[in-house]
Amino acid sequence: MNGDRTLERIAQGDGLALCAVGPWTARFAPVLERMVADAEKLRGTRPDIFIDVSQVSKLDTFGAWLIERLRRSLSHGGGEAIIAGLSENYSSLVDEVRRVRETPDIETSPVSITAMLDQIGRTVVGIGGTIIGLVDMLGAVLVASGHVLVRPRSFRMTSTIHHLEQVCWRAVPIVVLITFLIGCIIAQQGIFHFRRFGADIFVVDMLGVLVLREIGVLLVAIMVAGRSGSAYTAELGSMKMREEIDALRTMGFDPIEVLVLPRMLALVLALPILAFLGAMAALYGGGLVAWLYGGVDPEAFLLRLRDAISIDHFIVGMVKAPVMAAVIGIVACVEGLAVQGSAESLGQHTTSSVVKGIFFVIVMDGVFAIFFASIGM
Amino acid sequence: MMVQPISDAIIRVRDITVQFGRTRVLDGLDLDVKRGEILGFVGPSGAGKSVLTRTIIGLVPKVSGHIEVFGIDLDAASSGERRRVERRWGVLFQQGALFSSLTVRQNIQFPVREYLKVSQRLLDEIMVAKLVMVGLKPEVADRYPSELSGGMIKRVALARALALDPELVFLDEPTSGLDPIGAGEFDELVRTLQRTLGLTVFMVTHDLDSLYTACDRIAVLGNGKIIAAGSIADMQASQHPWLRQYFHGKRARAVIG
Repeated sequence: MNGDRTLERIAQGDGLALCAVGPWTARFAPVLERMVADAEKLRGTRPDIFIDVSQVSKLDTFGAWLIERLRRSLSHGGGEAIIAGLSENYSSLVDEVRRVRETPDIETSPVSITAMLDQIGRTVVGIGGTIIGLVDMLGAVLVASGHVLVRPRSFRMTSTIHHLEQVCWRAVPIVVLITFLIGCIIAQQGIFHFRRFGADIFVVDMLGVLVLREIGVLLVAIMVAGRSGSAYTAELGSMKMREEIDALRTMGFDPIEVLVLPRMLALVLALPILAFLGAMAALYGGGLVAWLYGGVDPEAFLLRLRDAISIDHFIVGMVKAPVMAAVIGIVACVEGLAVQGSAESLGQHTTSSVVKGIFFVIVMDGVFAIFFASIGM
Repeated sequence: MMVQPISDAIIRVRDITVQFGRTRVLDGLDLDVKRGEILGFVGPSGAGKSVLTRTIIGLVPKVSGHIEVFGIDLDAASSGERRRVERRWGVLFQQGALFSSLTVRQNIQFPVREYLKVSQRLLDEIMVAKLVMVGLKPEVADRYPSELSGGMIKRVALARALALDPELVFLDEPTSGLDPIGAGEFDELVRTLQRTLGLTVFMVTHDLDSLYTACDRIAVLGNGKIIAAGSIADMQASQHPWLRQYFHGKRARAVIG
């Protein structure tokens, strides 16, 4: 730019003139800050100090503030520093920065053992809050279902079908592909290890029971929690951020009835369908591997499968599916409606929707295992 | 002290065409913005005012035409040159576009911290100076954008746009959503800042008060072109039907009083 920026010191009898020269702008702020810090050390050395700014070619907020900062720190030492030679254009800018008082400090939270313990305590209390939140949402959804049963016209068919397409129809390819591969892997591992005992054919028992009772539904539920649970949270969360949910409420609609119920219903219908398709794909994959890798031909496979599994195994799997869907849906919707104003909060709640969803699905699976064992299924 | 004469154009837009699918939004548009002026940019809703702003700052691709800002052709500029240009302008978006996960303090300091190696002390002081300039108390510094009112968001966004002391600011409907007193203060603020900082302001607005009190010159967009540009008196004298309705309608008469 035009010339160097400096802060020259010129002695004037008893006093001292600090002469600012050149462009004092944001671009040169780092250099200017150092020069001002040097000049601040002159505080108290002379009775009067002038700051002459007549040779400043360009001034912006940064330059004006640095000059003001210099004036203040020189004034502290008893004598009064005066800014001289201020041109008309810049006097209003200097007046503007003169209005700045003390700068507030950042509120920093202390990092200590107490703070860590505090955090742990809050998290534990938060778990209670989470469970209450889930029960609350379950209640709200049941109440909304009651309303819809009384007034079937208020049921949102279009919305439900739309969500059914999103979470069921569009999920079919990926769910079928993954369960098919898992079926292949289970069969291969089974054959590999059972062969040592000459028990190849029992791979069919293992595959049948595992897939129909546990893996089929559990794996699909985890995939749905990751795929659709996160989508629900993000959708509801961004609607919350843009006050769309408040808008619904002010128009006299219940957000649970309009937004949550169709999503829940879609998920509860979708998960059994997906779990069934997934189980079939896994059995198909397992059968294929048993035939090509283990030499169990399809006819023998089917015969063995008919002996090995009963309808009970299939029912156990299918009973679990809608319950897991409800858990995933409730967790996702609670998290979505808990989103605050920031993008960060949306991310946190989406993450915790998936994590909590998967956690509760596995807990539910354990509860079901105990239950079915006690009733002898 | 202006280095360049007051008359030269800081933004020079020539023959700009912008199309979305098959709809042509801007059709061979020419516009000059002079250094040191406040240009008010008006037109019917959906005429493409925001599109032109976004095209100039490079957020919307254009089909054809030239844009020069600070005398630099933005199409021919290298990425380094472009970045230097971007550092010299500030943008106030319609909704504020504050970073929602950062506090007011961090929002304002963000561009400064990225571009200048200055001490935390200076960063804080400049942040407070900017807050004071836009008429806010330093106490709001540690609030998050979701804890601010609409008017405060606009002011903080302006403070962020001004953080690096730009020579040019784009304001997209700065007074929309503010109460008349707040809007009046905002106009006054823009005027003051333009005077003190020597800013050039490109302001998209619907607010007749802003046009009367803040703007030096007005450009009107219609059918993808500038249909008129000039002082407020020129606009009032114009015979164009939309302009007649705009400046002589019921609301306009209320403003002129």
